[in-house]
Amino acid sequence: MIGVIRFPGTNCDQDVFNWIEYKNHKAQFIWHLDQFDIHQFKALVLPGGFSYGDYLRSGALAARSPVMNSVKEFAQSGKPVLGICNGFQILCEAGLLPGALVQNENRRFIDDWTPLKLENKSWWSSDLKVDSKINIPIAHGDGRYYISSEELQKITDNQQIWLRYEKNPNGSVADIAGVMNEQKNVAGLMPHPERALFDWMGSKDGWGFL
Amino acid sequence: MKVKVGVKILPRDVILDTQGRAVEQSLSLKGLSAEQVRVGRYVELEISGSRDQALKQAEEIAKYVLYNPLIEKFELQVIE
Repeated sequence: MIGVIRFPGTNCDQDVFNWIEYKNHKAQFIWHLDQFDIHQFKALVLPGGFSYGDYLRSGALAARSPVMNSVKEFAQSGKPVLGICNGFQILCEAGLLPGALVQNENRRFIDDWTPLKLENKSWWSSDLKVDSKINIPIAHGDGRYYISSEELQKITDNQQIWLRYEKNPNGSVADIAGVMNEQKNVAGLMPHPERALFDWMGSKDGWGFL
Repeated sequence: MKVKVGVKILPRDVILDTQGRAVEQSLSLKGLSAEQVRVGRYVELEISGSRDQALKQAEEIAKYVLYNPLIEKFELQVIE
């Protein structure tokens, strides 16, 4: 069973749910006010959207909601957690991933196909080879990844950089599109793999992410 | 006693402030100039207790959620 966390304002939850089922896993929604037994799930996904209306900072209020106590316990047990777009912002705000996401350098909401390169392996991209080129879409206003130069050195050395943009769309430090935590079980990315599963969607490169 | 505490939050100097950049551009269209504009957020808290207790509580609230130390800095001021 893979848990899909829902906050008020999450809007990619059903797409993520379907994606999990297409890949022959069972999926279950989890509400942001609930806490759960971590043994119930083998993995968790925090989908994209605009949790808590992006009030204060993207992901800030969601990161402090009751469900995150269980998410943290789950992450600490070493099981895989994935944050997509707003889910990535939430995991950064919760301190489960390094860095922060701020407004795109050009101040625009960008909705576009983005070529990416897989930099390091993760549980979430086990079907994909390192250095492979991936084409999946982004849709965000606050996608500029920021991390201090000391921390950047650390995550580079520890192979925590998961994905890089081939052509930087938003001003992210070191073209970073996705990162992992030190233990590599928590991962986050701004692009949406669940929006690129079949050729008719424009690309099926997202299929390899689960 | 109720104490009003203001929390001033600004992007850290190392962060490119996109909002500030937009305001700078708008100013230049009007012929007004400022060397730099940085746009932040201002939060007012009304807290029961003494001045010291209110400040302590405000600091805890600011650190808990109002600012993200990676990208922002904050200052507290007692208003009344």
